[in-house]
Amino acid sequence: MGRYVLRRLVESAVTFVLATIVIFLGVRALPGDPVRALAGEENDPQALAEIRRAYGLDESIVVQYVRYVGRALRGDLGTSARTRLPVAETIGHALPVTLQLAAFAMVVAVLIGLSTGIVASVRRRTASEWAANTVALLGLSIPVFWFGQMVILLFAIAYPVLPASGFVSFFSDPVQSLRHLLLPGLVLGSGLAAVIMRQTRSAMLEALGSDYIRTARAKGLGGAQVVFGHALRNSLIVVTTIVGLQLGALISGVVVTEQIFVVPGFGKLIVDGVLTRDYPMIQGLVLVTATAYIAINLLVDLLYSVIDPRIRVGGAVL
Amino acid sequence: MKPGSDRLLDVEELTVRFGTEDGAVLAVDAASFALGPGEVLALVGESGCGKSVTALALTGLLPRSAAVSGRITFAGRNLPGLAERELRRIRGRDIAYVFQEPMTSLNPVLTVGRQIGEVLRRHQGMGGSAARRRAAELLELVGIPLPHRRLGEYPHQLSGGMRQRVMIAMAVACRPRLLVADEPTTALDVTVQAGILDVLRTLRAEIGTAVLLITHDLGVVADIAERVVVMYAGRTIEEAHAEALFARPSHPYTRGLLDAVPNPARHADGGLREIPGRVPVLATSPDACTFADRCGHADGVCRTRRPAFARGPAGHLVRCWHPLAVPVPP
Repeated sequence: MGRYVLRRLVESAVTFVLATIVIFLGVRALPGDPVRALAGEENDPQALAEIRRAYGLDESIVVQYVRYVGRALRGDLGTSARTRLPVAETIGHALPVTLQLAAFAMVVAVLIGLSTGIVASVRRRTASEWAANTVALLGLSIPVFWFGQMVILLFAIAYPVLPASGFVSFFSDPVQSLRHLLLPGLVLGSGLAAVIMRQTRSAMLEALGSDYIRTARAKGLGGAQVVFGHALRNSLIVVTTIVGLQLGALISGVVVTEQIFVVPGFGKLIVDGVLTRDYPMIQGLVLVTATAYIAINLLVDLLYSVIDPRIRVGGAVL
Repeated sequence: MKPGSDRLLDVEELTVRFGTEDGAVLAVDAASFALGPGEVLALVGESGCGKSVTALALTGLLPRSAAVSGRITFAGRNLPGLAERELRRIRGRDIAYVFQEPMTSLNPVLTVGRQIGEVLRRHQGMGGSAARRRAAELLELVGIPLPHRRLGEYPHQLSGGMRQRVMIAMAVACRPRLLVADEPTTALDVTVQAGILDVLRTLRAEIGTAVLLITHDLGVVADIAERVVVMYAGRTIEEAHAEALFARPSHPYTRGLLDAVPNPARHADGGLREIPGRVPVLATSPDACTFADRCGHADGVCRTRRPAFARGPAGHLVRCWHPLAVPVPP
């Protein structure tokens, strides 16, 4: 187990280094000279050289890269070209907002997806399966921007029971926070819920048809023990993978959802950053996103080894 | 088999039909046999003859697409008449199963200790630590070394033979009155097979459980069974004591099975004799002998009338219009 964790940590570190190289070169491949952008009206070659030296742009690209990574590791992501505020600080304010929204959407998606998936597999060829499949199909095919506006129309305007916009941190006022998170969380989580439902259903159907389920039934176990203790435990391996992969889709969903519900989070920063060509901001956002991806993948892989003992290398038991 | 109340299991006219997308399939066709307490009965036949379906039908383990009729009397109770709740109380406690594939029959993500302990908690109301202690004793009973260490291991960490021993430990955890072993040695190496049969023999002596052994392997039958029931195309076609069946098979199919076993003494030319043709898949029970198309002795009666399961010339129960009377040469 220890060796496995170590190996995955090293792999993640390598991936992180590769990601920083791609981001670093990507920003430098953008058209236009950043020095000219920084200089504004100034056209004097000497002044331009001054700026170039001040920002370290006269050094070789390797030295620039090492400096960039060194600063990033110390938490210095540069200064926003638009607001003149440190990028790290701005992201630091927005990230917890988005993490709370994403976590809530995830909980909604897993609750809905797992329960409907289990129902659809256990109650085959019944109205329940048909209903669960229909909900899943709707969840997959309804676009977030339309669904978001519809729930606002229904729950904030026609029947004003929930706020249509804004954000309250869970840690300052849990009740108000949940009220604000409910609609965007539902909208953001709906697509993921549908994916989880379909994966759970097919994994459960496979598990329920397997020999070890026959063994479990032959031991005299009741329906709930067979479904949850034996079949679901095996199905979770597949579901965990899907959830991990879909977290990426959640990030893109966040961009649209935060626009609709005016949530001051990461997605809003991305949109603002792109619209105003705020390169330091975009660079920082991409770096944080890439890091999040790497961390999520690492987490999913480590979760596997908890769920599926066969992955624990060397046969050691936790 | 003595008649009356000392029967542990009495299967009468068991019929199982499956509704499939390609139409109905008759898997078991009025099969009848009985088993006394502590007896070892082998149910023998080729793949697809209905023997495994019969085993699963006993405690209602078949999928919902199966239509089961007939009587299955176990310790005085008619099992098909019981509610699922009642059957669950019998499964694993009074009637326990060992299945063929130890690779897939154990849950890959649960420890051996958990899977054995589950039976004890379910049927004997044991707590976690008591179940663990008993599970270790059971592992020792089936000949697994270092039982306490094995409890925390997962199926993939064990060899095939070890897994089958775990299956057996699980099955005998509640000292069942009937152990149904469905091809328990088929997936294993020959040397491992012998060990598993030894375990079954020892356990039977130790806890007095009756064994319904389902197999296609006549070597296994000769090794452990007291009585044999031969099945063909869903029907029981011959029943006799093991030695009697091997010495004087009455049904031409049984004779064919015995001839197909490699025996250097009998087949001087070294070749095997196989039964021509294949087992038919039937939708309905024909008014004929189901073996007639593959049988060298078949005539008009065989193809137009169903033979009864009756005493033949050798004293076996046999379902044949022309039972054999000639013993197998030694």
